[in-house]
Amino acid sequence: MSLLLQGGRVIDPSQGIDAVLDILIENGQVKALGERLSGQGARKIDCHGLIITPGLIDMHVHLREPGEEWKETIATGTLAAAAGGFTAVACMPNTQPPNDNAEVTRFILKKASQEAFTRVYPIACITKGQKGTQLTEFGDLKRAGAVALSDDGRPVPDAFMMRLALEYAKNFGLPVISHAEELSLSQGGHVNEGLASATLGLKGIPAEGEAIAVFREIMLAKLTDAPVHIAHVSTKVAVEIIRWAKKQGIPVTAETAPHYFTLTEEAALGYNTYAKVNPPLRSAEDREAICQALSDGTIDAIATDHAPHSDLEKFIEFEQAAFGLVGLETALALALRLVNQGLLSLSRAIALLSTNPARILKIAGGSLRVGSPGDVTVIDLEKKWVPRKENLHSQGKNSPFLGWELQGQAVMTIVEGKITFSRM
Amino acid sequence: MNASFTANHILDIASLSEEDIFYILKLALNLKEILHRPIPKVPTLRGKLVALMFFEASTRTRLSFERAAKSLSADTLSFTARMSSVEKGETLLDTILNLESMGVDLFIIRHAMAGTPHFVAKHSRARVINAGDGFHAHPTQALLDMLTVYQKKKTLSGLKIAIIGDIKHSRVAHSNIVGFRKMGSEVYVAGPATMLPLEREALGARVCYRIETALDQADVVMALRVQKERHGRALLPSVREYAQEFGLNLKRLELAQKDCLLMHPGPVNWGVELAPELQNDPRNVILEQVENGVAVRMALLVALLGGNA
Ligand SMILES: [Zn+2]
Repeated sequence: MSLLLQGGRVIDPSQGIDAVLDILIENGQVKALGERLSGQGARKIDCHGLIITPGLIDMHVHLREPGEEWKETIATGTLAAAAGGFTAVACMPNTQPPNDNAEVTRFILKKASQEAFTRVYPIACITKGQKGTQLTEFGDLKRAGAVALSDDGRPVPDAFMMRLALEYAKNFGLPVISHAEELSLSQGGHVNEGLASATLGLKGIPAEGEAIAVFREIMLAKLTDAPVHIAHVSTKVAVEIIRWAKKQGIPVTAETAPHYFTLTEEAALGYNTYAKVNPPLRSAEDREAICQALSDGTIDAIATDHAPHSDLEKFIEFEQAAFGLVGLETALALALRLVNQGLLSLSRAIALLSTNPARILKIAGGSLRVGSPGDVTVIDLEKKWVPRKENLHSQGKNSPFLGWELQGQAVMTIVEGKITFSRM
Repeated sequence: MNASFTANHILDIASLSEEDIFYILKLALNLKEILHRPIPKVPTLRGKLVALMFFEASTRTRLSFERAAKSLSADTLSFTARMSSVEKGETLLDTILNLESMGVDLFIIRHAMAGTPHFVAKHSRARVINAGDGFHAHPTQALLDMLTVYQKKKTLSGLKIAIIGDIKHSRVAHSNIVGFRKMGSEVYVAGPATMLPLEREALGARVCYRIETALDQADVVMALRVQKERHGRALLPSVREYAQEFGLNLKRLELAQKDCLLMHPGPVNWGVELAPELQNDPRNVILEQVENGVAVRMALLVALLGGNA
């Protein structure tokens, strides 16, 4: 079956296109892009007044399966992703068991092929059991379908181990994603060190700890001439180091999450466990620097770090509550908020949410070029909506944005030419 | 007293208004008289049930609350557990809701984790008093400290308060910084820099690295209890060095105002925070703080549970 999307404003940063065009998808691929396409026999979808973009790609989510299915599953997590306009997600390996061997990678892909609403790209562990002492079998993992490596949830504590990982990953062209955290400074911390830790009487997690870890990764990328990708950048100091490194030509890319460009540490005041996340929400100055970095290209991607938890992990003492928040269904609207505030162009926002993550992970998609996968997101920029526990598709309701009045929502998500979610 | 009290819970000083604080201090001054009667007991809170939930050991604060509740004829339930609720396999929320079903009107909560009283207040219909949560707040201690200062100085504004010691791990310091700043006084904090985080400036405190700067012309000098070990790491080379560099003695107190008040939340490590020569010093008001503690806690119970004072 083929689809003809008619009369939408097509924004494709990969080709520099921003124009009202039709797009024809056939056999799971973009078949044609142009004015007034005929598309005989295709199902026609009226997209006047809507935005059409390459399918959004979230390069950092936690799907919790295998092992923590009460929090999320591949089915519910990808449904939330499709509802949020994503056509692909890359899932982090800190499951139970962790994705540190080809068997787990194959399990995830098999489940995804049966139940998922988006493409699923497994990210495998850098070290066995994420213990930081022994490399996983990068070759075997790649053959099984892993697209990248990360010990996300924790850093690789040892610089030499990280060096080995960056070096060995070069054999397989696998991107290495760093959760940059200096554990000896952050251990026992719960919120940003500063206003939040002082006000709440909790041990703080200093911004400088992130900066130290980011600098280590950048030096190792320089030493090994291997690319490194920094996950969830949250601080001004880290942004400045990354900006400097890029100027030096060191192969580093970076992502941030919507909560870091939207919220500050004040969201956690009052011991709001839904705003407890690692890295923690930072100061207003950090937030501004993140916005700036998104617009000037220092940060390459917006990824949600979607981290669903049940209220068993959240309706308890703050110090015991789990870190993390859900983000798949609010990410697009929060990115569009920056567009509405004049901080980002629409095309730049789509690059951050689609084209760039595809490039960093070296996966198909992120483009509407003829012959690209038929992965498309249709967006209504005007649509006003309010995230509530009842209308989120994720099993995790731990969002600090519940009750917010948001504008802009995906109204149709198309994966390989098939509609996986629609509000039209 | 015509002013009304607006708070539903006593979770921290930050959430109390200046008027609320004065209301409590004045009520406490009135109620204090009861403690000097031959039978120090009034029927004000007869029929009210107060649960003392001490998840962290504290003899003094618990006894002070118990004395306050009994002087007002409230019934008390005592719950002491060193274990956290999670280790017991029962969630804190379950524990609280169970006690609420037994008719508890007010929870007094001491917990090693910051924010726990706030959590209980959010999920329970009963009133909550924070009796100390982690390194966050100890509002009843700050109120009794303010009462002691108010009684002696007749004001809480325009004073210089010096707090000396382990500022980082002290909920007493935290609540007193917020409280005295709110009432219009300056708060200087000093101590070993490993226990003196710059972030306290976010609360309005002035961080000093020389103890003399804090003590200079101070109206109130508050020493804090010192623990050498925190999180298994020594933040101090030795207790001996602490006493030498940061301990208060007659000579150091000369820097402060002649009529300064010397305070300590107790229990004192004599010879560490305070030199033994200060034990009977006229500026030492530590035992008055203890008596004021009972009066302030009585006032809080009356303010939250009603009854005719
Ligand atoms: Zn991470």
